[in-house]
Amino acid sequence: MYPLSFSIAHALPETILAVGALLLILVGAIRGEKSAPLVAELAIGLLTLALVVIFIGAKTTATVFDGAFIDDQFARYMKALVLIGSIVTLILSRDFLRRENIDQFEFPVLVMLSTLGMLMLTSANSLISLYLGLELMSLALYVVASFHRDNLKASEAGLKYFVLGALSSGMLLYGASLIYGYAGSVSFPGIAAALKSGPAIGVVFGLVFLLAGLAFKMSTVPFHMWTPDVYEGAPTPVTAFFASAPKMAAVAITLRTVMVAFPNITHEWRQIVMFISVASMALGSFAAIGQTNIKRLMAYSSIGHMGFALVGLAAANAAGVEGVAIYLAIYLVTTLGVFAAIVAMRVQGRSVENISDLAGLSRTDGWMAFFMAMLMFSLAGIPPMAGFFAKYYAFLAAVQAGLTPLAVIGVLLSTVAAFYYLRIVKVMYFDEAAPAFDRAPFAVRAVCAVATALVFCFWVYPAPIVEAATNAARAFF
Amino acid sequence: MNGFGILSALTFLPLVGVVVLMFHRGDDAATLRSVRHVALWTTIAVFLLSLVAWGRFESGASGFQMLEQQNWAGGGLVYKLGVDGLSFPFVVLTAFLMPFCILASWESITVRVKEYMIAFLVLETLMIGVFCALDLVLFYLFFEGGLIPMFLIIGVWGGKRRIYAAFKFFLYTLLGSLLMLIAIMWMANFAHTTDITILLKTKFPTDVQKLLWLAFFASFAVKMPMWPVHTWLPDAHVEAPTAGSVILAGILLKMGGYGLIRFSLPMFPDASHYFAPLVFTLSVIAIVYTSLVALVQEDMKKLIAYSSVAHMGFVTMGLFAMNQQGVQGAVYQMVSHGLVSGALFLCVGVVYDRMHTRDIAAYGGLAQRMPLYAVAFMVFTMANVGLPGTSGFIGEFLTLIGAFAANSKVAFFATSGVILSAAYALYLYRRVIFGVIDKPSLASIQDLSGREIAILAPLVVLVIYYGVHPGPILDASAASVAELVKSTQSVAGPVKSAATDQAGLAGLKIAGVNFRVPEQDLRERRASAFSHSAPSAH
Repeated sequence: MYPLSFSIAHALPETILAVGALLLILVGAIRGEKSAPLVAELAIGLLTLALVVIFIGAKTTATVFDGAFIDDQFARYMKALVLIGSIVTLILSRDFLRRENIDQFEFPVLVMLSTLGMLMLTSANSLISLYLGLELMSLALYVVASFHRDNLKASEAGLKYFVLGALSSGMLLYGASLIYGYAGSVSFPGIAAALKSGPAIGVVFGLVFLLAGLAFKMSTVPFHMWTPDVYEGAPTPVTAFFASAPKMAAVAITLRTVMVAFPNITHEWRQIVMFISVASMALGSFAAIGQTNIKRLMAYSSIGHMGFALVGLAAANAAGVEGVAIYLAIYLVTTLGVFAAIVAMRVQGRSVENISDLAGLSRTDGWMAFFMAMLMFSLAGIPPMAGFFAKYYAFLAAVQAGLTPLAVIGVLLSTVAAFYYLRIVKVMYFDEAAPAFDRAPFAVRAVCAVATALVFCFWVYPAPIVEAATNAARAFF
Repeated sequence: MNGFGILSALTFLPLVGVVVLMFHRGDDAATLRSVRHVALWTTIAVFLLSLVAWGRFESGASGFQMLEQQNWAGGGLVYKLGVDGLSFPFVVLTAFLMPFCILASWESITVRVKEYMIAFLVLETLMIGVFCALDLVLFYLFFEGGLIPMFLIIGVWGGKRRIYAAFKFFLYTLLGSLLMLIAIMWMANFAHTTDITILLKTKFPTDVQKLLWLAFFASFAVKMPMWPVHTWLPDAHVEAPTAGSVILAGILLKMGGYGLIRFSLPMFPDASHYFAPLVFTLSVIAIVYTSLVALVQEDMKKLIAYSSVAHMGFVTMGLFAMNQQGVQGAVYQMVSHGLVSGALFLCVGVVYDRMHTRDIAAYGGLAQRMPLYAVAFMVFTMANVGLPGTSGFIGEFLTLIGAFAANSKVAFFATSGVILSAAYALYLYRRVIFGVIDKPSLASIQDLSGREIAILAPLVVLVIYYGVHPGPILDASAASVAELVKSTQSVAGPVKSAATDQAGLAGLKIAGVNFRVPEQDLRERRASAFSHSAPSAH
């Protein structure tokens, strides 16, 4: 047994967020409605502090809290991504919430609590801590989805998300109980040890339910139905949040579960992952073509991108984990940049979200159009944008694992997807100008610019991300 | 050699111009003039630098030169640049054509001039990068990256159906290239590196070679373009602004041919032999069919676009003849076609700027009002036909010799294409230039301006110069082609080593140039399955 201080030291980012969130609630409760800006600033500060702790903290691997919580290179990598997603969300939301008149101090606190759940999820090393983290994350997300509670669509989004989320939690729990029943352990290494002799039918059954629950959180086909509605209904910064941080955590825990708990039945779960991957890529590519609302389009795009990332997971090797890690980092940056651009879509104080509202943006605001265009090319995977490298590393792993047909399907579908990303570029560059947007606040433009710069210049110096991802992958091999 | 060198400078110098252009603001006349001058002088600087590089280039050597290498991303990716006789002519050609593109857009582009120039300069970086890259992924990066500026050039500054053309161009090429990307991944995984110099020495299993070959071919065939995946080209050409057409025909199409020489032939020799009949068939169809299609075109640009497809057919035919004449002829044909088709598009641009129509029927009798134009247009038309004394002849003739040695039936049909090309080119010339001026709109048309003379005159000189003195380009590529032919022949039959013996070479002299035909090579072929050809033609 380790002393508690040792455990806390390895869960320092989580501790900071847990204590910080409680303190911020107190601040909000005492100072009332007017405290929202202060609470938001403090929340950003605490999240940044957690991020700094991850960067400068110990680089060792340790399993603490009786094996329920693991702190390794992979967890730290994914936590950094989650935290970046949360921080940027809060930065984007400041101005937006004030304009929409929903600037309340609960919002940053909820984002913090949700982020805490994601960090726990990323480090979960048993089915119990997995569920704890997942529910903490999800409950806060249900609330922020309908944070604009006077808005019909936002309420609908929150309700839909909650009902379907509860269903998926049920499936996940059912799967977890089956796995526990047949493997006799809730800890991931314990499950792996119990499966040394091969797959037990009950465990495989449970695995299917477990992955179904996780697929819901990743918003992958066939558990994606909530995504377009929630993305469209939720306030735009919240959508940015949905598209970034929770996805990182969900993919991270899926990866950890199958890699640590089920390495001995790779054949079984690989079929599921491959199906989810192909179905998500296909749906994401084809269903997005007909969309007119850019947030719905981004919803389908995110479904497709999760499918692409899972190509790396299906490889089930070190290169695959590395590929997924690189993919997620690049996807995170790109998607945050795109949502910053969507947050900036305001005409005379009113927020607009149709693709046709972007028409002729290159004439009215050349830089924003350029940012958006480059981010779109990145999402389409056109070199030299970072999105190309994301696909390269993910597909490379699949080819290495002998899954060349999967990679071929992937690239064919990404050509289809390229069509609708190009359509946005076309609308911005080739069409006649629509009414110009209001000038976006500095923070929003800055996020967009930084994201574009990272995506644009990734190819010049890709080594830091690639090396970090390689180190992260070593956690499992 | 480690570090950065002249090739990096060549590749990234245009981006310096881009940075300077970024600081230009406003739409007033002074700014626009400054923007144009910055772009022009950047491209001229690149061209001068490419001449410096040419000075350092050793023609006789077969290996890669001016190598530079840097660590890049993990997983076997390196930043490695270098050129040899197969790639260097294209580097110079790119650098040479760019200033003309800028000049051709001098007056015809009036909206968003800054963005236009930036797109062209970025495109130049990517194009030079394609020919210099010695890492497969780096190559792919430049190869695909070119789609973005070209998409914008066609879509923003193009004609009426520009959006359709831009999408077609982008998606066609993307689909082909992505299949190549999978093949690249497979190779990276097999050889644990993407360094082209190492991959060239790697022997891939024969059955896999066929799949890899097909994947690469999917990309390059679309880019070339070969029949039947050529349909994006006429649309793209017609809708693109003049300079866009010049770059498309002059450089972008050559990337396909360059890819075949650089990758398909030397890396997958077994598959290349296996698929040679397929390529021959497609080439012959391209030559004959698209020539016939060109005959009935009503649009000048479309006609030249189809003639490009036909001429690229000669290139693929020469390449897959896989002998010294065929491959060297193909390289020559590509360089020559880069000059000639670029020049023809510039000629169309000249009258388009005046009349704003490309309909052949709208013209006629231009010789009377525009004598200088008529002369320039004639030279390029003749070069397009392949008249001896112009650069077009050398490439076409050599590829035909090469094809004749490999397969006489192919050569027979291809030769008929030469006649057809004379037919459509001269027919076009007659309808546009000759006859009487009976259209009132043409009555006051002006002859070439000083700027246009400055654009067309160097091209006229070069087309004729390379027609009578092909030495520089042929010498530059000879050693590399010999190496390439050796590597492809080495799998064709059991007898090899003597074929490369320099002492056993028979000389063939055309236009003052030695074509070294390995005697062994000829003997082999006489005895081989291809023997229904008639090598005694030499």
